[in-house]
Amino acid sequence: MGTFSLSVMLVGAVITLAALATSHTFSVFFPGLLEGAWLTVQIAVCGSLLAVVMGTVSGLAKLYGPRPLRWLAVTYIEIFRGTSALVQLFWLFFALPLFGISLEPFTVAVLGLGLNVGAYGAEVVRGAVQSVSRSQWEATIALNMTRLQALRRIILPQAFIAMIPPWGNLFIELLKSTALVSLITLSDLAFKAQEMNQTTMRTIPIFTLVLLMYLVMSLCITIGMKRLEKTAAKGMPRGRSV
Amino acid sequence: MIWDWDYTFEILPVLAQAAIVTIEATAIGFVIALVLGLFLAILRMSGPKTGWCVSVFIECIRSTPLLIQIFFLYFVFPSFGITLDAFVAGVIALGLHYGCYCAEVYRAGLEGVHRGQWEACTALNLSSLTTFKNIILPQAIPPIVPVLGNYLVALFKETPLLSAIAVMEMMQTAKILGSETFRYTEPITLVGIAFLIMSLVSAALIRIVERRLNLRSAK
Amino acid sequence: MTMAAAEQLAPQQPMVRFENVSKRYGNLVVLDDLNLEVSRGEKVAIIGPSGSGKTTVLRMLMTLERIDGGVIWVDGEPMTHMMQGGQMVPAAQKHLRRVRSKIGMVFQHFNLFPHMTALQNCIEAPITVLKMSRKEAEARATELLGMVGLADKKGHYPAQLSGGQQQRVAIARALAMRPKVMLFDEVTSALDPELVGEVLHVIRQLGAEHDLTMLMVTHQMGFAKEFADRVCFFYQGKIAEQGAPQELFGAPKNDRTKQFLRAVLESG
Ligand SMILES: Nc1ncnc2c1ncn2[C@@H]1O[C@H](COP(=O)(O)OP(=O)(O)OP(=O)(O)O)[C@@H](O)[C@H]1O
Ligand SMILES: [Mg+2]
Repeated sequence: MGTFSLSVMLVGAVITLAALATSHTFSVFFPGLLEGAWLTVQIAVCGSLLAVVMGTVSGLAKLYGPRPLRWLAVTYIEIFRGTSALVQLFWLFFALPLFGISLEPFTVAVLGLGLNVGAYGAEVVRGAVQSVSRSQWEATIALNMTRLQALRRIILPQAFIAMIPPWGNLFIELLKSTALVSLITLSDLAFKAQEMNQTTMRTIPIFTLVLLMYLVMSLCITIGMKRLEKTAAKGMPRGRSV
Repeated sequence: MIWDWDYTFEILPVLAQAAIVTIEATAIGFVIALVLGLFLAILRMSGPKTGWCVSVFIECIRSTPLLIQIFFLYFVFPSFGITLDAFVAGVIALGLHYGCYCAEVYRAGLEGVHRGQWEACTALNLSSLTTFKNIILPQAIPPIVPVLGNYLVALFKETPLLSAIAVMEMMQTAKILGSETFRYTEPITLVGIAFLIMSLVSAALIRIVERRLNLRSAK
Repeated sequence: MTMAAAEQLAPQQPMVRFENVSKRYGNLVVLDDLNLEVSRGEKVAIIGPSGSGKTTVLRMLMTLERIDGGVIWVDGEPMTHMMQGGQMVPAAQKHLRRVRSKIGMVFQHFNLFPHMTALQNCIEAPITVLKMSRKEAEARATELLGMVGLADKKGHYPAQLSGGQQQRVAIARALAMRPKVMLFDEVTSALDPELVGEVLHVIRQLGAEHDLTMLMVTHQMGFAKEFADRVCFFYQGKIAEQGAPQELFGAPKNDRTKQFLRAVLESG
């Protein structure tokens, strides 16, 4: 979808939310849900930061690291991509304490989601670096640059642009996965929704509001990433390198 | 002791039983996704207005958590007087969510078929339906099989979410086993290993299929 | 030969010397026992049929390809090898980089950095590699871009420039590293016919104003004839014939050369 359509959707969703906030049926649920949404945002932001760090480090380690580091990166990537996010969260939450390590639920949430998405991010980073054409490396050799200089100044900046759209998708995935933390006792948006649903049984208004709130957050990410891509790719031809 | 082997062997058959539920949910959910996805993709390309509405729908589903969608379906239907079994609600939610991803994949595949193919069929006086069914789809599907395969694996890895509405798949079984004995390490680790094995195997299978398809189209 | 002796000999040494160089890809012998000397300031044109190894020669000299046998000398010292305890051993990265700094290359497909403007393309390596100050690098890059006739395109990104303009930026970028040897690999082949002239003009100007040694692979026979001091005809990984342009084009001795020149003349 184009940025315009997405913006229209965002405005529509925000207006609907605002209208519902003033309606009697819906407004009672608002404060509680907003509280939950705030925790969701916190987890999503911290998790995304961790994911970017893990993705970049392990992606580059898999490509250029010395052998032991490369194996470590591959193991991490395969394990976290191969098992599912909920299994990882539960493992950190229920099983890890038996090894003597008890983490706060918030830490578990950030760690679990960040590590999970980071493993997918590693493949994004690797793919983007490899998508920079070989001839760019050759140009850096002809200019007598070192490999590190070439990577830092020429290859990574171009890879960065190619990475923006897939990272945008991963951030959305991470945001959606935050709903899982409700299953390890954190009172995020999904948790609040279920709690209210159980006490009031007013399923339709509650879940409508919750879906709209998630939609607004996702659309903000999507639109933000599209703008970032546009700024970063200034002057660059789309989809091919010179 | 950190790891109890006796306990491990005791719970293994129980988890294996639950794995069948997981696989059933995956299979049925994915069939729904495939059919719904094709339907959405066709609707989306059928006209600018319907197309826009369908894209908005797809965007909404893809932008919101599957877990919430599972809850929604599970709790909303009773308020219309229809009680859905947890398994049924969960599988429909899975199919709906991934159907929206598949729709995008189909679209890419269909748009990848050269326009000239439609024109050639018009010139041969084939009906639209025949053209689509016999000429366009067979060309559109092979290149997207690996992508669909990846979504199958992704859907499979999301089945533990069904534990939130108490479907007795692997995760829920593991949790119950854990709560009975206060030993979570073994059941959850076993579930993790089961997922890892099945994911790695399916990833390998996808690669094989991909290579086969590449070979065939190269000929 | 010892290092000291090698350096003493330097002034009389050719700028570039291929000594029994060979190159294989698997079983395919691309270059077979190549011997070629290029003196200081000499302009050598390399011609020959497709697949005869012309590009490979330049890429080996730019260290983009490893060689399988022989030695390449640059400015009187071995580049692919170095002296260690009186023996020639394969060059270490550090040695390679030091010798390589004397060589610049312009590619068939420009290989500009797409995320940088023309000016940024030309100052990047001088700053990171030569440790020039930004100010100095910019002054020099501006001067070079002026020389190739692109003073007003400094702030443009490669995608905003025509092929001919991109190739001229690429020439300026290579010159900014102050090389002694410049390599050109079919630098006009990727250009529309009407843009070829502007690039050749810049190369001609370079030849006249700078004391550069040049090796160029080209399909522009007219240009080779008028510009080069010597023309080498490659055939199946060997130099089948070489000589002054008038001789080689006027009275080729080798049958292969005759055949090739006839084919080229017929087609263009
Ligand atoms: N990376 C490679 N792997 C395998 N073979 C290669 C590789 N690069 C070049 N070759 C082969 O080496 C031979 C010489 O190639 P080269 O590019 O030097 O030819 P050329 O004279 O520049 O031809 P052209 O005029 O088409 O550019 C060719 O047969 C080519 O197929
Ligand atoms: Mg060539």
